[in-house]
Amino acid sequence: MMSSKTITIADVYAALERVMDPEIPVLSVVDLGMITGVDLNDSAVHIKMIPTFAACPAVSYIQHNIKTVLEKELGIAVSVEVDKQEHWHSNRMTPAAKEKLKAFGIAPPKVLAGEVSAELMMEVPCPHCGSEQTYLRSPFGSTLCRAIHFCKNCGQVFEQFKPLE
Amino acid sequence: MNNAALTDLIIKMADDELIQGHRNSEWTGLGPVMEEDIAFSSMAQDKIGHAWALYRMLHEELGGRGPATFAFVRPENELKSSHLVEMPNGEYDFSLMRHFLFDLAESVRYESLQDSSYEPFRLLSKKVKGELKYHTLHANAWIMQLSRAGEESYDRMQQALDQTIALAAGIFEPSQLYEEALIEDKVYPGETALYHRWLDRIYPVLVKASLNLPEISAIVPVYGGRHGLHTPHLQSLLREMSEVFNLDTEASW
Repeated sequence: MMSSKTITIADVYAALERVMDPEIPVLSVVDLGMITGVDLNDSAVHIKMIPTFAACPAVSYIQHNIKTVLEKELGIAVSVEVDKQEHWHSNRMTPAAKEKLKAFGIAPPKVLAGEVSAELMMEVPCPHCGSEQTYLRSPFGSTLCRAIHFCKNCGQVFEQFKPLE
Repeated sequence: MNNAALTDLIIKMADDELIQGHRNSEWTGLGPVMEEDIAFSSMAQDKIGHAWALYRMLHEELGGRGPATFAFVRPENELKSSHLVEMPNGEYDFSLMRHFLFDLAESVRYESLQDSSYEPFRLLSKKVKGELKYHTLHANAWIMQLSRAGEESYDRMQQALDQTIALAAGIFEPSQLYEEALIEDKVYPGETALYHRWLDRIYPVLVKASLNLPEISAIVPVYGGRHGLHTPHLQSLLREMSEVFNLDTEASW
């Protein structure tokens, strides 16, 4: 726990990097691009965040985790709100996050240049063997943010974090 | 801006999302293959999330009741859902065709709201529009695949379209009280404009599937839901939906 005088915005982000997504525990809320604002004053910090999907059931859980972890790490009052001015899209995910996701066995979303199309969901590289000989089994998976693919090369089903506009 | 008109439009949209979401969830555990079971369950979750966002908008921006109370304790004649979403799931052909017609209607509606003069609509529509892409991707793929899967399959998809089209056209019932105000205030382009955009959107998919869209002039839209006149199916659905809520209306989830 630090003294409040020494806390900087960088400290807040460092603490946020220890708040992991409950559904993908290798990614932090910063990796996922869920943080849209940090307001810091002498006695408190206010965090603005956005969920990946509107119906994400983990939002209040994540809000609670941010508050708990930051209060413990920084020792000041923390408030967390959902930012209505911003909406999440998959290009918010950092390149480092995409590597972590792949290492976790989930194919990362391709970078979106325009709108999501059926083509963009085809030939997604397999996170296990790297082959592009894959096809989309279903645009819906075990959580709202995942799709199911099959790799013809290694014969395995795998999940992809969906690209989102 | 006309708050009564906005409230009316938001309730219609939210109630459609809530009821369609509940119908989708009835496929959980019963889908014909695992992926479809997951797809309808995921879409149920999305729809109810969108309904929730709209009920929150009513509550926070327009002074309405709390989302859960508003969703679950209104009497049947205060709901404004369309007859299309009230219909029981029936066979998979009917459910898929309804999903296709409903989600393409949602797409044109939320796309139009990106230009709305009402800021909460603009903000929400960006989010919903992206998520809907996966619903329409799913719907279009299955409409095409099942229509090309042999004679019986084709016949059933055509029959499902014939049974559903007038109900789906009923989504676009213009409000007798508020339509002109909403168009004039540039909240949205109005139901008639959306109906024509929707027809333009469903047509190319139906052509690829070799399905015959009935003569447009012969379609008699099924109206009524928007002003509280419902099918007998809604009452039993509401009873089931609110069963847990009514056990303890003060509970926090």
